Amino acid sequence: MATHTLSVLVENKPGVLARIAGLFSRRGFNIESLAVGPTEHSEVSRMTIVVNVDESPLEQVTKQLNKLIEVIKIVELDGSASITRELMLVKVKADAQTRGAVLDAVQLFRAKVVDVAPDAITIQVTGNADKLSDVLRVLEPFGIRELVQSGMVAIGRGSRSISERSIRPVPVSAPTALGG
Amino acid sequence: MTEQGGIAGAPMTGAQSLIKSLESAGTTDIFGIPGGAILPAYDPLMDSTKIRHILVRHEQGAGHAAQGYAAATGRVGVCMATSGPGATNLVTPLADAHMDSVPLVAITGQVGASMIGTDAFQEADIRGITMPITKHNFLVTDPAEIPRIVAEAFHIASTGRPGPVLVDVAKSALQAMTTFQWPTELQLPGYRPVTKPHSKQIREAVRLILESRKPVLYVGGGVIRARASAGLLKLAEATGIPVVTTLMARGAFPDSHPQHLGMPGMHGTVAAVAGLQKSDLIISLGARFDDRVTGNLDSFAPNAKVIHADIDPAEIGKNRHADVPIVGDCAEVIAELIALLATEADAGNTGDYEGWVAFISGVKANYPLGYDTPTDGSLAPQYVIERLGAIAGPEAIYTSGVGQHQMWAAHFVRYERPNTWLNSGGLGTMGYSVPAAMGAKVGMPDSTVWAIDGDGCFQMTNQELATCAINDIPIKVAIINNESLGMVRQWQTLFYNERYSNTDLHSKRIPDFVKLAEAYGCVGLACDSPADVDATIEKAMSINDQPVVVDFRVHRDAMVWPMVASGTSNDEIKYARDLAPQFDEDDL
Repeated sequence: MATHTLSVLVENKPGVLARIAGLFSRRGFNIESLAVGPTEHSEVSRMTIVVNVDESPLEQVTKQLNKLIEVIKIVELDGSASITRELMLVKVKADAQTRGAVLDAVQLFRAKVVDVAPDAITIQVTGNADKLSDVLRVLEPFGIRELVQSGMVAIGRGSRSISERSIRPVPVSAPTALGG
Repeated sequence: MTEQGGIAGAPMTGAQSLIKSLESAGTTDIFGIPGGAILPAYDPLMDSTKIRHILVRHEQGAGHAAQGYAAATGRVGVCMATSGPGATNLVTPLADAHMDSVPLVAITGQVGASMIGTDAFQEADIRGITMPITKHNFLVTDPAEIPRIVAEAFHIASTGRPGPVLVDVAKSALQAMTTFQWPTELQLPGYRPVTKPHSKQIREAVRLILESRKPVLYVGGGVIRARASAGLLKLAEATGIPVVTTLMARGAFPDSHPQHLGMPGMHGTVAAVAGLQKSDLIISLGARFDDRVTGNLDSFAPNAKVIHADIDPAEIGKNRHADVPIVGDCAEVIAELIALLATEADAGNTGDYEGWVAFISGVKANYPLGYDTPTDGSLAPQYVIERLGAIAGPEAIYTSGVGQHQMWAAHFVRYERPNTWLNSGGLGTMGYSVPAAMGAKVGMPDSTVWAIDGDGCFQMTNQELATCAINDIPIKVAIINNESLGMVRQWQTLFYNERYSNTDLHSKRIPDFVKLAEAYGCVGLACDSPADVDATIEKAMSINDQPVVVDFRVHRDAMVWPMVASGTSNDEIKYARDLAPQFDEDDL
């Protein structure tokens, strides 16, 4: 099995997420990570879905996803030709003795302190999955009080956009009483 | 989403807009039952001169009736129900239509928009419930969206791979004022079914067809949905390639045709099973390599290459690798294959299938369908069905339930035309037969419609006989009464040491089917002797102003043969208990 990153353009309509999540679960595929958000077109949302499957079941899940009426386009993003990012917020124990060391780690990873309390610091880290796990490894000895992590978002390198052509509407005739 | 053009109309309620939308989409018949949430729609429905609403006795009956209507006519079937239990009663027919690619639009009422999510009276999240069993579904809370969504629902249901679409309309949207404007164009950026096959794939398919020595046309229900039967006949006759028709495709190719090997699969004919199993090329047209056809997949047709044509790309390669995948409408695929094969033939390139055709014709001649006549003078179920098919003829429409009688009806009625055999193939829904026959008769009022049903299946949905009697829908029902859940009993005979756990229905004692028929305003007949079969069928055929129910009281130990035991290889087919066919493959 291998990890695959799918970028899925969907119509921004209620229930789309439930449809997609339901499809993965009933066809027996595990989602490792899922992130949804708006795109440059207000009527289109973009999901980044990370799945761990073999090539042939991946083709099947892609075809099944494509059958959903509200799914406009699916692109598999190749790791080397795309940028991937995740966001992590982590609350680390830090008192007068340890604060300096924690801040060093923050500096080292170009992370950001977003909140400070007398006995804890909340740190924001962005990067790919490897960087996030490296940060965690370094922070763990100080004591992690709370951790929250986003799904992965990904975008292809270069000037091309996956959405420019696909969302152009192709009108079809409405059915009529004459049986059209 | 914008609608251009269209006819702008006077202000009206959402309910009026819904009925006008259904009329605009071409609806002439709706099967349904009113209730609280859908009630506003039933008021303008009363005034519609274009739509006949048939009040059924159970929403499941409405759904199966709409399926039967669609399967017999090729038009979209429409059913209607209220929120909560009304909607959940549609779940089985929706799942059934989804499996068998039946174009269906289901309209359900939903509680008012402000009540959604509050566990209101008769509230059920039917859109959530039916997501996995519909092609698409909608929840409408804004009355202005009703025409566009109804238009989209009919478009989605009837194009591409057909299927069921549910439109759930909040009561508040039905009651609110709106204006009606039927769209002239729809914009569905994520829905563009490919109907025209890729020419490169057609060339590749033709190359394989000409190279092969043992090809077979594996025909599925998609050929019927694509109205491609005439093209199929041309393709088969131009090439001489043998044909098998799946349970969903019975009637797509004439049973009387010498190239027809019959139905493949778990209960397929020896010739059809062998035809696939021993082929070197399977040309799959609108079929999906269902487990009931392939048996154990690893040993299915081990030497065959596969050309797989289907309008649904997700079916191609799902179960069996396709050497030549063709995405497209079966009618267009067949037309292009015929055209290119004709060009090749003009250039002197034709397939050489002589040895194969001789071999498979020998198998067909040596292992015809058959059954044992009971020695005690009791009635063989197969005989009843065989006579029914012979007397009612290939112009009639036949529906069935699920089980032994379904397999016998698939084999022993001789089908010559598409859309004359309606059954629940994928989901296997007991109770499909009577309401589907009702729907078929409404859609095709001039055709004789026979529901061939089991005594178990019949007791699941027979209350629709009341609907038939009251609404002048004179269907005919043949109950193949073996007083048991026959197919389950057959498995108990074969695989559970004849321990008949909970399969005895005592249906020769309770209920009295003749009295039950009469209580429903139908003519009730009974028959338990082979000598009376023809006369009883002819009597039923002569009654056309009332539904007829015939209780055929048959021998209970009859079994469906041939059979490939579940999970085993199709090589293990038995044409009767413990009897395996012998193939003389030296002829090949």
